Amino acid sequence: MSFLEILAIIIPAALYTAAPLVFTALGGVFSERSGVVNIGLEGLMLFGAFTGVLTTLMIQDTVGAASPWIAILAAALASGLFSLLHAVASITLRADQTVSGVAINFLAAGLSLFLIKKIFDKGQTDFVQFRINKSDVPFLSDIPVIGDIFFSRIPYTSYLAILIAILVWYIIYKTPFGLRMRAVGEHPMAADTMGINVTRMRYIGVMISGVFAGIGGAVYALSISGNFTGGTISGQGFLALAAMIFGKWHPLGAMGAALFFGFAQSLSITGAQIPLLKEIPSVFLIIAPYVLTILALTGFVGRAEAPKALGTPYEKGKR
Amino acid sequence: MQKLLKNEKLFNTIVPVIAAVLGMVVGAIIMLLGNYDPVAGFSALFNGMFGSPKAVGETIRAASPLILAGLAVGFAFKAGLFNIGVEGQLLVGWLASVWVGYAFDLPTVLHIPVAILAAALAGGFWGLIPGFLKARFKVHEVIVTIMLNYVALYTTAALIKKYLYAGNEKSYKVDGTASLASPFLSSLTEGSRLHWGIVVAIIAAIIMWFIIEKTSLGYELRAVGINQHASMYAGMNVPRNIMMSMVISGAFAGTAGAMEGLGTFQNMTVLSAFTGTGFDGIAVALLGANNAFGIIIAAVLFGGLSTAAPQMNFDANVPSELIDIIIALIIFFVASSYLIRLILTRFSKEGK
Amino acid sequence: MQGFVIEMLNIRKEFPGIVANDNITLQVKKGEIHALLGENGAGKSTLMNVLFGLYQPEKGEIRVKGNKVNITNPNIANELGIGMVHQHFMLVHNFTVTENIILGSEPTKGGKISIDEAAEKIADLSKRYGLAVDPYAKIEDISVGMQQRVEILKTLYRGAEILIFDEPTAVLTPQEIKELIQIMSRLVEEGKSIILITHKLKEIMEVCDRCTVIRKGKGIGTVNVSESNPDELAALMVGREVHFKVEKKEATPKDVVLDIDQLVVLDSRNIPSVNGLKLDVKAGEILGIAGVDGNGQTELIEGITGLRKVKSGSVKLNGKDITNLPVRKVTESGIGHIPQDRHKHGLVLDFSIGENMVLQTYYQKPYSNSGKLNFTKIYDKARKLISEYDVRTPSEFTPARALSGGNQQKAIIAREVDRSPDFLIAAQPTRGLDVGAIEFIHSKLIEERDKGKAVLLVSFELEEVMNLSDRIAVIYEGKIVAIVNPKETNEQELGLLMAGGKKEREGVS
Repeated sequence: MSFLEILAIIIPAALYTAAPLVFTALGGVFSERSGVVNIGLEGLMLFGAFTGVLTTLMIQDTVGAASPWIAILAAALASGLFSLLHAVASITLRADQTVSGVAINFLAAGLSLFLIKKIFDKGQTDFVQFRINKSDVPFLSDIPVIGDIFFSRIPYTSYLAILIAILVWYIIYKTPFGLRMRAVGEHPMAADTMGINVTRMRYIGVMISGVFAGIGGAVYALSISGNFTGGTISGQGFLALAAMIFGKWHPLGAMGAALFFGFAQSLSITGAQIPLLKEIPSVFLIIAPYVLTILALTGFVGRAEAPKALGTPYEKGKR
Repeated sequence: MQKLLKNEKLFNTIVPVIAAVLGMVVGAIIMLLGNYDPVAGFSALFNGMFGSPKAVGETIRAASPLILAGLAVGFAFKAGLFNIGVEGQLLVGWLASVWVGYAFDLPTVLHIPVAILAAALAGGFWGLIPGFLKARFKVHEVIVTIMLNYVALYTTAALIKKYLYAGNEKSYKVDGTASLASPFLSSLTEGSRLHWGIVVAIIAAIIMWFIIEKTSLGYELRAVGINQHASMYAGMNVPRNIMMSMVISGAFAGTAGAMEGLGTFQNMTVLSAFTGTGFDGIAVALLGANNAFGIIIAAVLFGGLSTAAPQMNFDANVPSELIDIIIALIIFFVASSYLIRLILTRFSKEGK
Repeated sequence: MQGFVIEMLNIRKEFPGIVANDNITLQVKKGEIHALLGENGAGKSTLMNVLFGLYQPEKGEIRVKGNKVNITNPNIANELGIGMVHQHFMLVHNFTVTENIILGSEPTKGGKISIDEAAEKIADLSKRYGLAVDPYAKIEDISVGMQQRVEILKTLYRGAEILIFDEPTAVLTPQEIKELIQIMSRLVEEGKSIILITHKLKEIMEVCDRCTVIRKGKGIGTVNVSESNPDELAALMVGREVHFKVEKKEATPKDVVLDIDQLVVLDSRNIPSVNGLKLDVKAGEILGIAGVDGNGQTELIEGITGLRKVKSGSVKLNGKDITNLPVRKVTESGIGHIPQDRHKHGLVLDFSIGENMVLQTYYQKPYSNSGKLNFTKIYDKARKLISEYDVRTPSEFTPARALSGGNQQKAIIAREVDRSPDFLIAAQPTRGLDVGAIEFIHSKLIEERDKGKAVLLVSFELEEVMNLSDRIAVIYEGKIVAIVNPKETNEQELGLLMAGGKKEREGVS
């Protein structure tokens, strides 16, 4: 098997696996840049997957092939609203942000399974009729070599994820909104004295993270799993969190890390097809993202610095 | 009421009680909204928790690892650390206990303690990693412990497959000499799986209370937990204290794993997802206000709720996931004690 | 009505449990520098935060240029032309100067921030008012003086007409203070009005036109500075005659207790903050260190006490080498340390006063027996210290957090002095305290001196150093550049030395 053939297996698989992680990690960037820790990404993603599948099942008979795309929007909305709980608890009620995130994860899992059982009378949904399919990009996939590696058998959501990452970078680093959001995460009191509404900014940050995690969850469910069970989302949210940190709270860094983690994950699945990798126990590939994230935090892979005010509730007039 | 708000200690005790009640109330509302009968639901829950000797036995059995997981979270909290890694420490402890229970030939008096000790050591080591990284590189323990949970999940599964695999996604069983199972306790509770683990858990709770409240080590850990700068100024070794508290916390978590490995299951399953016990430990510690005695009560409550969930499903047709919802709500309410304080303040002003 | 730009009339502001401002009136004329004078905790900052829209008053009204206004947030204050230069700079450390200045009112082109356009405008402003800054530098890379200029530019960028300066000189070198005074005069010339919050009488006499005094949350009155003098202002501020001179006997220094030689200590950025420092402190004397904040004082103390690694050189206590010993060993060998920041270092605020009293001794007998604490003994000790040092607390079980700053400091001093160390470090021992507590602490330090202890006093208040010390060592860029006798020197000479002035001692007097 030639090197290019190997790439043509691995790269599309990586882009396919990474898309949900990219979306969710970008969500994490918004929340944490505004100063709110979001351990709840896992739960928000899970709620998005649930909403995505449920919506698709409900509308697929009338809407047809467009239904998963509409479902993704519904999931964005649902998780955005769900994240409001985290915002209220950790911003307005000054709850410990980590604890609140843990509660979000519990609640999302409990609530979605509760509803699944209520609606379907069993522990899982049916499979959706229409998925977000892997497809070849017209024309581009015909380019020799590159076409096979980058533009074949990849769902459009993967390209969308990369485009949105660039858009998020622009918003956070080039617009007043981004400047203000970063200021709130670094030094909320300074932002406050400049007339920026810290509370509102943080609510927006958390809710955007909900929207993105919802999209991530729905993309996972509608492109990879195809239905929703209690085990559909098991760790992808935390993996996205890891990607965000490994990417140093930077949108493009988070995207890069998410792609890399997707790559590692897809290797652990496709590895069996590839001669050299067959020899490595797949457990090493599976745990690689987590170990790498720890190393990144430790400073072995370039020191990652969190926003200064991350995790601290803002109280007016308190120094 | 005024007095209540002024007295921090009293207020901190009352918050979990109010939070638990609020959680139940919202749970009842959700049942109503879902067209279920909350009275039937809650009475089925109560029956499932305490309605028969067997139910009581199962409640206590489920509480044992939860107590230890809660102690693990609570102990770290006291030292100012958030150990989300209890789940992972529990898994490595579980595996260690099963390995010692299976591979060693020892008399019971030695085998059980050695297996539990192995679990505690393994959990302690898994806790030492984030402790060391925090002490040496100032890496936040929350992220490291989350990451290590996954490393533990996949690594233990791979190790079982490679070295202890008995087929059917399970490891070999531990020897009878290492088993905590007790026909006596089982018959006393009319056939529940209650085992001696509860004794281990209560001893552990007493140990935590003693260390935190009565020893100079506990004084140091609390000081470091509240104010590292002042602790350093006072000549305490802050890095050592951080590592120490993570090791002790991890040891509690590892022992919780031994409860499953030597008690409830007698083996370990090749897991593809978390047991959830470690995360429930966070809820237990919060509800128990990080106090050893409070943790026991909270663990009995949560242990009982989860063992009674199927009963509630069976009798009142309410999906058992309602319990997860209630637990999540209780966490929210405890964490948002500021809300409870606001409400109480409002009441006391109006009452005046 | 003669052209008041700002009028705050009968302002009342309450916080749970205390009245921070009670019926205070402040009227500022256009083009004047108006001082707001009061002790620490008198309510100056609260009043200004009310004016800036960070707090809402319970009673009273605010007028700007004669019009009644309702300032509910800083945006409104900005629109009314009120700008605040905060004591603790409100700057985002990893943003550039420009980003910090435009934050909240960014110029944009098609949704994108036009950084270069903003930077140009800032360069213009900085030229016009003589505020030298580099618009593209990051805050973490520039000096404290330049950071303050950025703070001023933030207000000017928004077109502020009235500038509030909150204790602006606390963090500056004498040279920077001089520059700041020039900047303030320039601003007034350009038609701005300034409110200067301070408790330093000298500054008021130097630059202010009028002065409003507040005491314990109440307005005392407004005086014309040219018709007043420092003694009168001090009496107004404190509410009684104040004796600036501390009563003390002549010192009788004996053997050298602490001996520091060629000490080098690196700061957190690995720059030698203490750089070849030599110093000795004798039994029975108070040695005061005079210097501008940031010249190595903190690192010197941390180096002596073991809180920070010493790179080279030696520290000897009673002839015994204690260089780079762990903190605990240093403490045990006979050093007491009243730390600079009592909340950060001095106390565990959520511990009871009793537990705080044994912060360094909890592991020793009789407080601890083979690892088990003896709370009876701990609280017995605490009760004794509380009564001896007049610490006002409901009980020994009360959390330290619940005590006033003065009583917290008394508790720390009780603990440090009670261990009867040969050498006592007092770092900024009176910062943020009222005059009563200051006098108590000064007398305790002198008492220790008279018992034959060696005392090292580090303070950024020159007056305190001059009043209390038997010898003054001037620190500049990590070295002791001069040792002077407080009776033979004056503020001018010290100020010059503190700024690195090369003048030979013999030349001045």
